[in-house]
Amino acid sequence: MNITQLFITILMMVVATQFTRWLPFLIFPEQKAQPQWLNFLAQRLPYASLGLLLMYALKDVDLTKMPYGASELIAMGFITLIHTKYHNTLLSIGLGSLVYLVLFNVVF
Amino acid sequence: MVLKTLKKAFPYTLPVLTGYLFLGFSYGVLMNKTGFNLFWTSFMSLTVFAGAMQFAAIALLSSAFNPLSTFLVSLLINIRHLFYGMSVLDKYANSGKKRSFMIFGLTDETFSINAGVDLDESVHKKLFYFIVTLLNYLYWNIASILGHQLSFMIPDSIKGFEFVLTALFYVLFLNQWKIKAHRLYLLIGFVCTLVAFYLVGRAQFLLLAMILILFAMVIETKWRASR
Repeated sequence: MNITQLFITILMMVVATQFTRWLPFLIFPEQKAQPQWLNFLAQRLPYASLGLLLMYALKDVDLTKMPYGASELIAMGFITLIHTKYHNTLLSIGLGSLVYLVLFNVVF
Repeated sequence: MVLKTLKKAFPYTLPVLTGYLFLGFSYGVLMNKTGFNLFWTSFMSLTVFAGAMQFAAIALLSSAFNPLSTFLVSLLINIRHLFYGMSVLDKYANSGKKRSFMIFGLTDETFSINAGVDLDESVHKKLFYFIVTLLNYLYWNIASILGHQLSFMIPDSIKGFEFVLTALFYVLFLNQWKIKAHRLYLLIGFVCTLVAFYLVGRAQFLLLAMILILFAMVIETKWRASR
């Protein structure tokens, strides 16, 4: 690609990305009264999206090869334990990631 | 006010800082190794500002010129943003000029923090959301520049730092799990995405996942109403 084509290609990505981020806000402007079904979504979608995001983050885990996702499974089990005990977000993320890195690089 | 909110917001963004340092760094390294100069690496981080998209972009930019296909692929990769926007419509309402930037920078990570956080009245909420968005934007851009410039010393030996972001999402998931009323929807989101993943594969399961989620939520509500 030449420079113009590179710019156009990147512009396409920007427009598509921004379209997906702006669309809900354009359909439902602040002043307009919001329909009932939007209220329905607002009560459910944030949590469903978090579930979607978690699965999305795990999509590259390879269950067909050693260690069959064991690093992720053990690290997440560990996070569940310390998070239930201490309820400290940063501590859970930090220690959980540490456990994962050791498992991923050293153990398996 | 700004400083106080910054102090409040910064700890929330620490996992993102760590995750972005490695992800943004990897992106910069890949861009450099693929043959792009610093301008393109940085220009994309400034304008596209979407992690998964920018990794896909490296392949798109290295292949034949096809703007329409680029546009469609980008839509599909980013389609999950629709759900994020819908989820924070109320939270982002009435934030004035800050709102445009908050919408521009609504990434997975910014969404997960801003949608998940429960702030008390002492915090200027809109400013908090704005600062989280801005900090994450800065981290991503700095990390991609660093990666580009330091690609000669790539840490090949140690891998798996991206897990910091998975851990972030998981802990936010657990935080919501504590609230019994939210559990069903967390599960609906996760299970529908899992099913979609097995049905259509890694490349484009998100669109199907979102349809399944909406479907499951409607069924669940109808079922509940009929009891």
